[in-house]
Amino acid sequence: MLTFPIYLDNNATTPLDPRVLDAMMPYLTNKFGNAASRNHAFGWHAEEAVDYAREQIASLINCSSKEIIFTSGATESDNLAIKGVFEMYASKGDHIITATTEHKAVLDACKHIEKIGGKVTYLPVNDKGLIDLKQLEEAITDKTILISIMYANNEVGVIQPIKEISAIAKKRGILFFTDATQAVGKIPVDVEADGIDLMAFSGHKMYGPKGVGALYVRRKNPRVKVTAQMDGGGHERGMRSGTLNVPGIVGLGKAAELAKQEMEADTARISAMRDRLEKELLTIEESYVNGSVEHRLPHVSNISFKYVEGEGLMMGVKDIAVSSGSACTSASLEPSYVLKALGLSDDLAHSSLRFGLSRFTTDEEVDFAIDHVKEAVAKLRSMSPLWEMFKEGIDLNSIEWAEH
Amino acid sequence: MAYSDKVIDHYNNPRNVGTLDKAKNNVGTGLVGAPECGDVMRLQIEVDDNQVITDAKFKTFGCGSAIASSSLATEWLKGKTVDEALAIDNMDIVEELALPPVKIHCSVLAEDAIKSAINDYRVKNGLPALELPKSHH
Ligand SMILES: Cc1ncc(COP(=O)(O)O)c(C=O)c1O
Repeated sequence: MLTFPIYLDNNATTPLDPRVLDAMMPYLTNKFGNAASRNHAFGWHAEEAVDYAREQIASLINCSSKEIIFTSGATESDNLAIKGVFEMYASKGDHIITATTEHKAVLDACKHIEKIGGKVTYLPVNDKGLIDLKQLEEAITDKTILISIMYANNEVGVIQPIKEISAIAKKRGILFFTDATQAVGKIPVDVEADGIDLMAFSGHKMYGPKGVGALYVRRKNPRVKVTAQMDGGGHERGMRSGTLNVPGIVGLGKAAELAKQEMEADTARISAMRDRLEKELLTIEESYVNGSVEHRLPHVSNISFKYVEGEGLMMGVKDIAVSSGSACTSASLEPSYVLKALGLSDDLAHSSLRFGLSRFTTDEEVDFAIDHVKEAVAKLRSMSPLWEMFKEGIDLNSIEWAEH
Repeated sequence: MAYSDKVIDHYNNPRNVGTLDKAKNNVGTGLVGAPECGDVMRLQIEVDDNQVITDAKFKTFGCGSAIASSSLATEWLKGKTVDEALAIDNMDIVEELALPPVKIHCSVLAEDAIKSAINDYRVKNGLPALELPKSHH
């Protein structure tokens, strides 16, 4: 049986896996100790649980448990990595390289760096959403201390050439940080094989709880350090103070364990559903996939439907929960900066939908979504003067539109 | 954003969607807005010998409020004389559909579309185009 609206916005957040909740429950109730309390069993139990979660996470991304710094989420991890490296390595240089399609947490942390006197290069992406490795190499100066490129994009799901990027960073003696919030738990991420020095990820994107995340910080080859961005009790090897969110950390650990066990089977099932959804929706005339389909997360599809307006489309697909390429601020409708960076026109960016499937998505839900979107697009086009003109062969660019 | 029941009703059951023959002399067509602004409205009226609007059709590319504003406009236009139609004010539409402030531009566009359709009809029939007071932009 279907319950509405059907949730297909799993890049925004994922539901909590019930098994994760079960693992967390004791730490929300009777095992409430502070992991830093060294004098009694309450503290020991909490610390044990945190240590175990560290192992579960380390095993998923192939690192040592000592290299995991717990945070409140990927936003904090992004900030800690970028600002923390900038401060820690100030004597080596002041230049950071990132890309225009990064998450706001990275972009705005970089803006902050610029405000305090650092220099940032924002690499463009091609129409598939990928950065150009040659441009990356050319952007490097003797002042470059950090390359910050996301593993996979949250809007289009495009996966950057991580191994190649890290090889360039290594060759030039530069640290490589990746925001892997959309990748960890969804596709194999191996900090050794991928050559990653710092990596951000978050619980709530991988069927774990909200409000918990981690920053991987390499301890060997090279040994990386970040300057703490909050002062306090010196938790997490002095890099992140604050009483540990034990239930959240236990949840993140369990989510990591489940991801490791089930990733292969999940991916096979989810990507088959995604491919079916996409194939069906692309039978709609004048519909286009945004971003690379070769280098892409298995559970995401971002599609633009030409000649329908984004907000009207969102209203028409009210029985499914998806994201649109419009960031609806209160006063205006801004097209997504990610889609714009891929070269989409404003109207194509506005008329895009992002579908994000999950472990819990069913074939029946996908069937419904296909019909629902097809119907909405057909209905809106039957009402659209632009569609009528297109069908009559009128070039819309030849019309003098009255700007208003 | 929460839409009013009336907007939702017009969105779900738009009145008078369609196309009139723009080549006919007694049909006036107004096309306003721009694709990159996110709304384009086309409103058409058919006028009989007594200056009465006997039919009205619209097609709109836009949000729910834009669709509802133009749908409502066609309902109001039918049966009115051209002069009466000129008196339709965008704030009447705002009130009827309970549009929030950020959607007032949809009603403005609908009023522009009505006036633009009337002018098209006038020019086709040898009448001078009306000087339209540039509405509340
Ligand atoms: C790529 C990326 N980075 C960072 C974040 C922020 O994560 P959090 O909500 O855990 O702060 C998100 C989620 O919106 C994301 O998709």
